[in-house]
Amino acid sequence: MTSPSPRTDNPFMTPTEWAYLAVLCALIFVLLPLALDGFRLNLVGKYLTYAFVALGLAICWGYCGILSLGQGVFFGLGGYCMAMYLKLEASSVENTRIQSTPGIPDFMDWNQVTALPWFWTPFKSLPLTLIAVVLVPTLFAFVVGAAMFKRRVGGTYFAIITQAIAAILTILIVGQQGYTGGINGITDLRTLHGWDIRTDSAKTLLYFVNGGLLVACVLAAQFVKRSKLGRILVAMRDKEDRVRFSGYGVASFKIFAFCLAAAFAAVGGAMFTLQVGFMSPSFVGIVPSIEMVIYAAIGGRLSLFGAIYGTLLVNWAKTTFSESFPELWLFGLGALFIAVVLAFPDGLAGLWRRHVAPLLTRRAKAPMPQRAATLPKGAPAE
Amino acid sequence: MNAAILPGASAGQPDFLLAVEALTVSFDGFKAVNDVSFYVDPDEIRVIIGPNGAGKTTVLDLICGRTRATSGSIKYKGSELTKLSESAIVQAGVGRKFQTPSIYDDLSVFENLEISYPRGRSVWGALTFKRDAAVRDRIHEVAEMIFLKDHLSKRAEFLSHGQKQWLEIGMLLIQDPELLMLDEPVAGMSVAERKKTAELLHQIIKGRSVLVIEHDMKFVEDIAHRVTVLHQGKVLSEGSMERVKNDPKVVDVYLGH
Repeated sequence: MTSPSPRTDNPFMTPTEWAYLAVLCALIFVLLPLALDGFRLNLVGKYLTYAFVALGLAICWGYCGILSLGQGVFFGLGGYCMAMYLKLEASSVENTRIQSTPGIPDFMDWNQVTALPWFWTPFKSLPLTLIAVVLVPTLFAFVVGAAMFKRRVGGTYFAIITQAIAAILTILIVGQQGYTGGINGITDLRTLHGWDIRTDSAKTLLYFVNGGLLVACVLAAQFVKRSKLGRILVAMRDKEDRVRFSGYGVASFKIFAFCLAAAFAAVGGAMFTLQVGFMSPSFVGIVPSIEMVIYAAIGGRLSLFGAIYGTLLVNWAKTTFSESFPELWLFGLGALFIAVVLAFPDGLAGLWRRHVAPLLTRRAKAPMPQRAATLPKGAPAE
Repeated sequence: MNAAILPGASAGQPDFLLAVEALTVSFDGFKAVNDVSFYVDPDEIRVIIGPNGAGKTTVLDLICGRTRATSGSIKYKGSELTKLSESAIVQAGVGRKFQTPSIYDDLSVFENLEISYPRGRSVWGALTFKRDAAVRDRIHEVAEMIFLKDHLSKRAEFLSHGQKQWLEIGMLLIQDPELLMLDEPVAGMSVAERKKTAELLHQIIKGRSVLVIEHDMKFVEDIAHRVTVLHQGKVLSEGSMERVKNDPKVVDVYLGH
């Protein structure tokens, strides 16, 4: 096949991918808001904040092959950064007149902390907070990534270490109650720069902001995927040594993928805090981190869109089933994960690509071109 | 020390492209490579032969930085390689082909070649890399040389074994290294593929030094300028194929079998 073949020119998105994006936008911005009441829409907004994490995992785990079982750490750090700002705003001197030290968050007062700790001060400013939301988790990911990947720690060992970090951070937050709010987390959040986030209209607006940010992250992920860097990530997953001996510093590329996933997770965490109205260590630890990996796996870890649909579906199922059979849900989730690993390793996206997409193509153009032979389903660049 | 071995090299103008001196690597006391020295001239094709376990692949691993030397030195164009990172060694101009075809199964032939194109090797460079005409032309040119121009959009995993070997050779060609190291480039190939590979190698060795490990004696005779025989981690003999072939020590441990 000569030069203008599908694999040698490199558009930002193929027509199919534009169609997928259009469907996703229609779903998030039109269908769901029309079909759901305010409470349910807010719930979907909460699910979509997890989709940021799953999207990061698609890049980091699916493309680059780095399984992180500690993405809750970055989700949590982003969420805590946002919560600290909101809490400080809610803890104005007027609101906290009855405390022995007015003007500091209530849980500090209960824990005999009498002055605002130094690391809380930057969160008095909204711009600094917005920077910190992304920067703090990303820098943390950079430090962890640099320490691991420069020493060529990978695979299972890396997964275990990320899990240990998730456990450590949870223990730290729970233990330092006076500084972090402890096991209850940071609660009773009210306003963002004077704007009440608890009203229905605010929640609806936040839902749309969240959706917009998610689409922006999808586009960013798509840019990375379509760049040469995206193909290097896939190449490293296949033959790390070949990439190294082609003149690339393999560690830097892994650090990049890990940091990108952390940044996405952090944005999701911050949006979670805004929409749900609190942040607690139960979103930082091992269990939520693994649940998020399951979302990505069920959606199809090689697919950006799959990760989002996987998150939505699993969470919808979780809500539905745990309303009726609360004790059975975790078994259901476990069974689903086993089913994915055994029966359809490429997740929902794999099923779509194998069974539904070819049907659509065939219907679209009756005599099917030969392209399918050179572009098998499940190609990594999809 | 340099001046003693390389007369005239003191002016910073090394005579050899690659100078391996007293190279030793020991794995838990076992010396896989023991006090090996050899010198490769610019544009020379050097073949390393020797029985299994002689340390041939380890020598290549040491040169490209995959294994770190216990002692000794490897000088490439006058600079020491033993301290450099793997990617810095590649960027200095040393390319390495692995024994089993080492290509990216999930990418197309085109994309495999593109990754080896020597531009945009940093994270930022890779993110902003543009697939421009220069890149395309070079990839098409190399694909033609390695007999894969009709397979550019094929996923590499569907290539035959021989085609995979060629693809990896092509990936090295795109890097345009001054020193090319090939580990058994014709192993596992059919007779026809072998012939085509010999042709290919003849074509690509122009203007660069090549270090080849090979067992196929006919092939070695065909391409080698000089031959180094390794045995139990040491240099057993060195010289033209003619000389090495008639060296009784070599006949005894290797060629005689």
